[in-house]
Amino acid sequence: MASKNKKLNLKDKYQYLTRDMAWEPTYEKHEDIYPDESFEGIKILNWDQWEDPFRLTMDTYWKYQAEKEKKLYAIFDAFAQNNGQQNITDARYVNALKLFLSGISPVEYAAYQGYARVGRQFSGAGARVACQMQAIDELRHAQTQQHAMSHYNKHFNGLHDASYQHDRVWFLSVPKSFFDDARSAGPFEFLTAISFSFEYVLTNLLFVPFMSGAAYNGDMATVTFGFSAQSDEARHMTLGLEVIKFILEQHEDNVPIIQKWVDKWFWRGFRLLSLVGMMMDYMLPNKVMSWAEAWEMYYEQSGGALFKDLERYGIRPPKYQDVANAAKNHSSHQTWATFYQYSQATNFHTWMPQEDEMAWLSEKYPETFDKYYRDRFEHWDKEQKKGNRFYNNTLPQLCQVCQIPNIMTEKDDPTVFSHRQVKHEGERYHFCSDGCCDIFKNEPEKYIQAWLPVHQIYQGNCGGADVATVVEKYYHIVPGVDNMEYLGSPDHQRWLDIKGLKPLSTSRQKKTAA
Amino acid sequence: MSVEIKTTSVEPIRNTYSAIARRFGDKPATRYQEASFDLAATTNFHYRPLWDPKRTLNDPTRTALRMEDWYAVTDPRQFFYGAYVGNRAKMQEAAESSFAFCDKRNLLTRLPEETQKQLLRLLVPFRHVALGANMNNSKIAGDSTATTVSQMHMFAATDHLGMGQYLSRIALLLDGSTGTALDESKTYWMDDELWQPLRKLVEGILVVDDWFEITLVQNVLLDGLMYPLVYDRMDAWFGEQGAEDISMLTEFQRDWYKESLRWTNAMIKTVVAESGRNREQVQSWVKNWEPMVYEALKPIAQATTGLDALDELRAELSVRLKKAGLESTGVQA
Amino acid sequence: MSQKVFMAFQDNDNARYLVEAIVTDNPEAEVQHSPAMIRITAEKRLVINRETMEETLGRDWEVQEMLLEVISIGGNVDEDDDHFIVSWN
Repeated sequence: MASKNKKLNLKDKYQYLTRDMAWEPTYEKHEDIYPDESFEGIKILNWDQWEDPFRLTMDTYWKYQAEKEKKLYAIFDAFAQNNGQQNITDARYVNALKLFLSGISPVEYAAYQGYARVGRQFSGAGARVACQMQAIDELRHAQTQQHAMSHYNKHFNGLHDASYQHDRVWFLSVPKSFFDDARSAGPFEFLTAISFSFEYVLTNLLFVPFMSGAAYNGDMATVTFGFSAQSDEARHMTLGLEVIKFILEQHEDNVPIIQKWVDKWFWRGFRLLSLVGMMMDYMLPNKVMSWAEAWEMYYEQSGGALFKDLERYGIRPPKYQDVANAAKNHSSHQTWATFYQYSQATNFHTWMPQEDEMAWLSEKYPETFDKYYRDRFEHWDKEQKKGNRFYNNTLPQLCQVCQIPNIMTEKDDPTVFSHRQVKHEGERYHFCSDGCCDIFKNEPEKYIQAWLPVHQIYQGNCGGADVATVVEKYYHIVPGVDNMEYLGSPDHQRWLDIKGLKPLSTSRQKKTAA
Repeated sequence: MSVEIKTTSVEPIRNTYSAIARRFGDKPATRYQEASFDLAATTNFHYRPLWDPKRTLNDPTRTALRMEDWYAVTDPRQFFYGAYVGNRAKMQEAAESSFAFCDKRNLLTRLPEETQKQLLRLLVPFRHVALGANMNNSKIAGDSTATTVSQMHMFAATDHLGMGQYLSRIALLLDGSTGTALDESKTYWMDDELWQPLRKLVEGILVVDDWFEITLVQNVLLDGLMYPLVYDRMDAWFGEQGAEDISMLTEFQRDWYKESLRWTNAMIKTVVAESGRNREQVQSWVKNWEPMVYEALKPIAQATTGLDALDELRAELSVRLKKAGLESTGVQA
Repeated sequence: MSQKVFMAFQDNDNARYLVEAIVTDNPEAEVQHSPAMIRITAEKRLVINRETMEETLGRDWEVQEMLLEVISIGGNVDEDDDHFIVSWN
C-alpha cells in the first residue's frame, strides 16, 4: 500500500466520503427501498452525474456552523441584556417581526421536515446528503428565529403564539398551504418548488428586504440571525440550481414536467411574497427600498439572467411572469389596504402611513400610488381622526389556490378585481388569477382539499360563528392588544413610555382601541 | 418623571411564548424549551401527501405506537441545533488532531500489511452501516411529529454520516488517498460471506415503514450491540493485533455511543411506560428483531473477538431493555 | 440582454478582505454597499482565488471559509481547492 499521503482535493475527498458509502442493494429491491422516486414521472438515468453543491463533510459543517452559532448567541445575549428592543426606530417596526415569526418561522420548520423526508427518498446518495444538510439548516433557522424573537415577545404583544396561529389564522394559510403543497408533492416536485423556485429564484426577495429592513430600523437581533441564516442560504441556492440542471440533463422527458412545476411554483411564490411587499413598503418606519425596486433587482434582473441560462435546456421563463412584473407597482398597496381593513383578525397592528411616508410612496410609485391608492388611504386616515377607524366586518372570498383574498386587480386595469372561476364536479371554485386557476386545473383533486379559513369559519369549524369569537378563542389573538389599530395600542403606549413621550390625546386612543 | 416610567417599561410583560407557558408556566424558559416544543404544525393540513394519501402531513399514525403527547419524549442532553453543533465541533476538533497525528507519523501505514488488511476487511465496512443509519434517522426526522423527537433523529442522521466519514478516512490514510482501499473494503461489504448477514439486515431495515420500529431496531438494538462490539471489544482485539493506534481514530464513536445512550434510553422508557399497548408493540418488535441483529453480528464477532464477547454484550443489552420494561428473548441475562 | 452574476456578503471585517481580493481579480466588478451587506456584481463571471485571498490576508485560507460570510449568490457555482467561481453560460 502507498505510504505517502497527499492532501485530497475537495471534489475527490467528498466523493469518497459521501456517495461511495452507498451501495446497490441486492437483498431488497431498489424500488422497495426508494418507493417514492418514480411516481412523478421524472427519469433519472444516472445519479453519478449529480454535482454536489458545496462539498461540506460533516466535520467541516460542525466546525463552521458552531462558529456561526457562537457569534449569533453572543449577540442575542447582549441584545437581551442591554434591552436592545429600546433601540429600534419605532415600535411599528415590531409588527414586521410578528408577521415573520407567524408567517415564516413555521415554514422554516416545515422545510426542515420536508428536506428530512426527501433526504431519505432519493436513491442518489449525493442528493440525499445535500437535502439532509439543508434539513438540519432549516431546523436551525426555525430555532434561532424563536430565540431571536424571544426577547421581543417579552416586551411586545402579538408574538406570543406564532406556531399555533400558523395552523389557524386566515392569512397564515397563505404560507402554510404553500409549504403543505410542496411537502405533499413527490420528492422531485418538492425540490423544484422549494430548492429552485423558492430558494433560488425568490428567497432574496424574502430575506434581503427583511434583514436590510432590520438593519435600517435598529434591530440588531434580527439582522444577526437573518444574515447568519442567509449564509446557509447560499448553499441552499446552489443546491436549487444544481437540482434543476441535473434533472433537466438526465432526460428530455423531464423538461415539460419541470416547466409545469416552474410555472406553478413561480406563481405561488409570487403570491406569497405579496406579504413581504406590504411589509417593505408599509411596515418599516425606515424604508430600505421599495418592493418594486426589490422585484426589479432580484427578480427581473437576477431571474432574467437565470432563465436565459436555462434556455439551453428548453426551459422558458415562468408563465405569467409579465403579470407578476406589472403587479410590482400595485400588490403592496392592495395587500396593505386589505390588512388595514381586516386588522381585527390579524396578529399584528396596522395603521395608515404618515404624511412623509405617503410622499415616499408617491415618489417610489409615480405611476400608481397617487392615481389609485392615495385617496382611499387619506380618506381612511381622516375617518380615523374623526374616531371612525375603518374595519371591514364582512369576510372576504379567498382564492382556492393561493388563499389570498380576491383583492388583486387585472394586469391591464387596476380598477378591476381579477377573478376567475371554474366548475369542477358540480362545485364552483374561485381564483385570484389565471396563474392560480391554471394550477387548479392541472391538479383539481389536490386543490379541492384546501382548508380555506373563511369557509371553515362559516362551517363552524373554528370555535364560533362570529369573527370576534374565532379571533379570540380559536386564534388566541387578544383583541385590541395583539391586533387592530397601532395608534393607542398597548404596544404604542409602551413605546411612548420607553421614549419618555406623552401619549396622544386620550379621546383618539379610546376610539381607536375600541 | 420619564426615568420612573422607563423603569417599568423595561419590565417584561410576559416571560415566554404562550405554548411554552401552557406547558411549563409563564416563567423564563430555557433555549431548549423555546426551540423544541410545539413548533411543528398539528392541524388543518391542506392536502393529502401524494406519497401517502391515507394519512395527512405530520400524521401521528406513521407509527403504530400512540402517545397522548409525543413531546413527553425529551432529550436529556437538551440539544437544540446550536447546542448540538457546538458539542460536535468540540468532538471533531479532537478527532481532527488525532487524524492529523496519525497521518503525520504514518502510524497506520507502518502497520504490518496483514493488519492493514484486517482494518479494511473488519472495520472500515461499518461505514456502509453508518450510511444506512443515516438514511433511517433522516426518515424518522421527517416522519415523527414532535420536535423533541424529530430533532434527536436529525442529529443522529448527521452524526452517522460524520462517523461513516471518519471510518472512510481510516482507509484513505491507508491507501494514500487514492481510494483503492475504500474500493477493496467495499468488496468485502458486498461479497464477503462475513458481511452478508449484516448487509441483509441493514437493507431489511431500509424497507421498514413504521418510524418507531426503525428507531428501535436501528438506534437501540443494532447500535446497542454493534457499537460496544466494534468500538470497545474489537478495538481491544485490534490492539492485540498491534493496531492499538486505531483506537484514537475511533474515539469519536466511543464518546458518541456513550452519549447516545442517554436519549435512546429515555425515549424507550417514556414510550413503553405510556401504555400496555405501546409496551406490547415494542416488545413484539424486540422479539422479532433482537435475534436477527445478534445473528447479523455473529460472523464478525467470530472472526475477531470471539462469540463470548457478543454474548456478553447481548446480556448487557438485555439488562438495558429490562430497565425500560422490556424483555429480550434467548438470552440468559 | 445583460447577464449579471452576483455575490453578497455580510458587512464585516472578514468580508472586507474578500471584497478586496475579488476586486483585485475582477477589476470590472461593481461593489454596492447596502445596510449590513456588500453586494458585488459583474457581467457573466466572478471569481474568488485562494491565492489572492492568502496574499490579502497574509495567512492560509480555505475556499470554504467564504461560507461564513456569503449571504447570497446569483449564478452557477464552481468550487474547488483553488477558487470559487460564479458564472452564467
